[in-house]
Amino acid sequence: MQSFKTALKVLLVMTVLTGIIYPLMITGVAQLLFPGKANGSLLLRGDQAIGSTLVGQNFSSPRYFWPRPSATNYSAMPFGAGNLGPTSQQLRTLTDARRARMQQSPHEPGRPLPWDMASASGSGLDPDISPEAAQYQVARIAMARSFDSLAVSGVMELIRTHTTAPTFGVLGEPRVNVLALNLALDSLVAERK
Amino acid sequence: MPSGDLIQILIYFGALAVLAPLLGFYMARVFEGKKTFLHPALSWIETTVYRLGGVDPKAEMRWRQYAWALVWFNLLGFLLVFVLQLVQKWLPLNPQGLGNVPWDLALNTAVSFMTNTNWQSYAGETTMSYGTQMLALTVQNFVSAATGIAVLLALARGVARKTSATIGNFWTDLTRSVVYVLLPLAIVLAVALVGEGVVQNLSPAVTVNTVEGGTQQIPLGPAASQIAIKQLGTNGGGYFNANSAHPLENPTPVSNFLEMLAILLLPAALVFTYGRMVTARRHAWIIAGVMLILLLAGLAGSLIAEYQRNPILGDPVNLEGKETRFGIVNSVLWSVVTTAASNGSVNAMQASLSPLAGGVALFNIMLGEIVFGGVGAGMYGMLLHVLLTVFLAGLMVGRTPEYLGKKIEAREIQMVIIAILAPSAVILVGSGVACVLPVALASLANAGPHGLTELLYAYSSAAGNNGSAFAGLNANTPFFSITLALSMLLGRFVVILPCLAIAGSLAAKKVSAKTAGTFETDTTLFAVLLIGTILIVGALTFFPALCLGPVVEHFLMGLGRTF
Repeated sequence: MQSFKTALKVLLVMTVLTGIIYPLMITGVAQLLFPGKANGSLLLRGDQAIGSTLVGQNFSSPRYFWPRPSATNYSAMPFGAGNLGPTSQQLRTLTDARRARMQQSPHEPGRPLPWDMASASGSGLDPDISPEAAQYQVARIAMARSFDSLAVSGVMELIRTHTTAPTFGVLGEPRVNVLALNLALDSLVAERK
Repeated sequence: MPSGDLIQILIYFGALAVLAPLLGFYMARVFEGKKTFLHPALSWIETTVYRLGGVDPKAEMRWRQYAWALVWFNLLGFLLVFVLQLVQKWLPLNPQGLGNVPWDLALNTAVSFMTNTNWQSYAGETTMSYGTQMLALTVQNFVSAATGIAVLLALARGVARKTSATIGNFWTDLTRSVVYVLLPLAIVLAVALVGEGVVQNLSPAVTVNTVEGGTQQIPLGPAASQIAIKQLGTNGGGYFNANSAHPLENPTPVSNFLEMLAILLLPAALVFTYGRMVTARRHAWIIAGVMLILLLAGLAGSLIAEYQRNPILGDPVNLEGKETRFGIVNSVLWSVVTTAASNGSVNAMQASLSPLAGGVALFNIMLGEIVFGGVGAGMYGMLLHVLLTVFLAGLMVGRTPEYLGKKIEAREIQMVIIAILAPSAVILVGSGVACVLPVALASLANAGPHGLTELLYAYSSAAGNNGSAFAGLNANTPFFSITLALSMLLGRFVVILPCLAIAGSLAAKKVSAKTAGTFETDTTLFAVLLIGTILIVGALTFFPALCLGPVVEHFLMGLGRTF
């Protein structure tokens, strides 16, 4: 019975130490050092948040770059991944539909379909697409916004400047943040006017 | 496979090879009660815990006392997590106003976090209040890892001590693990993760008005503090449902590297800690080498499988369920290390891996979580296989087997067999029963062999205390909540208690002098025998089941069959 009492007391002490003091201390340090990041890397327009730079949001208008397919259509709460396996007929049907959507939208002839646009991300909130997936969509955006060839090369340049290379040249994959790219696209259009 | 992939893999194992031995030696000092560079800053916390807990740090325990202390502590920890979930609606730190958790889900979650499994049948952001995440789940992330370390320390003392009745003190082992190892590492990692963009606050979720005029809720909360320890303690239970695939849980390739390093850091370091404590450093290197070989073999198989074209989908690479920022290599590397270690966090959906890559993950768990394995648990699990190997070698030459000077006799081998067979039996019986019950089959998300793999994976993950999932399976039903909770309990304690019994009986033995006939445990021959034992035990037990799941799915995928 002695060990029962000790167990109870030690559990309570550990709960205070690792369940209260530790997370509150990290919260304090985080809010002090990285207030923006600790609060969700929110992007503000005026005083209204229009998104998080880290969380993908849905774009479906042909005037914008589209993100990757998402099993929950970019709802962050509640969330659910597809979790379909490699021999799933449902996954095959979905993949065919995603592919058809890309191939039927205007694109440069002969440009290969980027595979990330045919597969859903694990989080359903992937903020990024591959640079190839962005380039594939330029023709569609140009048509929807009636861009001339000068504007098109401006958009290609935007993709280049918004491509994040692997960290230190090795870690991770080259990628483009869709929200940042679309906001830059909007301001490019505003500038030209 | 792009050359960048190989470089990332080399950097990862390079960092691990440098850090693990250093941390291992540091821990050996800590657990032998010696002073370290952190003692001036932290020793007051240790003494405060002893004072408030009424612990005499000098008291020594016999193995039964040690086991009782461990069992009471875990039982009370379970009850606290269970009750906090049942009443979270009325407690503070619930800005989302989440309701109480249903009893069967609360039971499953409490067992899951107490046993270091961290299987999750819930979505954190819409089920658990910030108070529950902190007070219930974060605490168990620390103390369940510390419990694993304590069992390993007891076993190490059993090997090292001569004719001793005692194997150490559970409370000091637990406290030192938390204060000098887990807490400092978690603080450093948590702050680094916030620097990469992981959220850490107590504010409710934010609703944003998206560019196209929709709305989206951005979940927030005390995430970084929990994510740091869930990676370090081989817990793996995500703060968010998408676990480390979620961009607010693992935002960048740098956060991914750090989280992935944290998975193997302590399990690998503890091999070296053990080597110091039993003064058999070469033996420890041999064990680390065996673990590494098994890990790399799985990694190679998994990478080859993921880079193969799936003829059904026509994709040259398999990006379904993966994040753009991580790509193939980081997703595959993660899936292999998280199942080799009993971490169970994911940064890509295991269920959408190619059949053989999913099969490697499953086999890693089925081997008993001994390829580095859980914090403490991996090494004590590996020691069971070491004892079995020594015993088999002894049978082959007709001598009484010895391990580091201790005679291995009937009682130790009985305990070894119980501890090795129990989790395997749970996996096969559990998934076998589920296969024929309509109440279980209704939860499957995929038909055909993939569905069988979902069930096998669930019971393997529970019995191996891993916690990752083929998450299409809807496990939030009373049937799965209860049977998986039972599997987790058996997989944890029917290994821990025999280990402590072995520690007790080894400690009491004399050390016999080394002779020409002693089987050396620090040679390549021993490494080969150990790998053979592990693979034969694993393969004999699970080969038929694996054939019906991942293997047959692989061949059917090649033929273009869908389900």
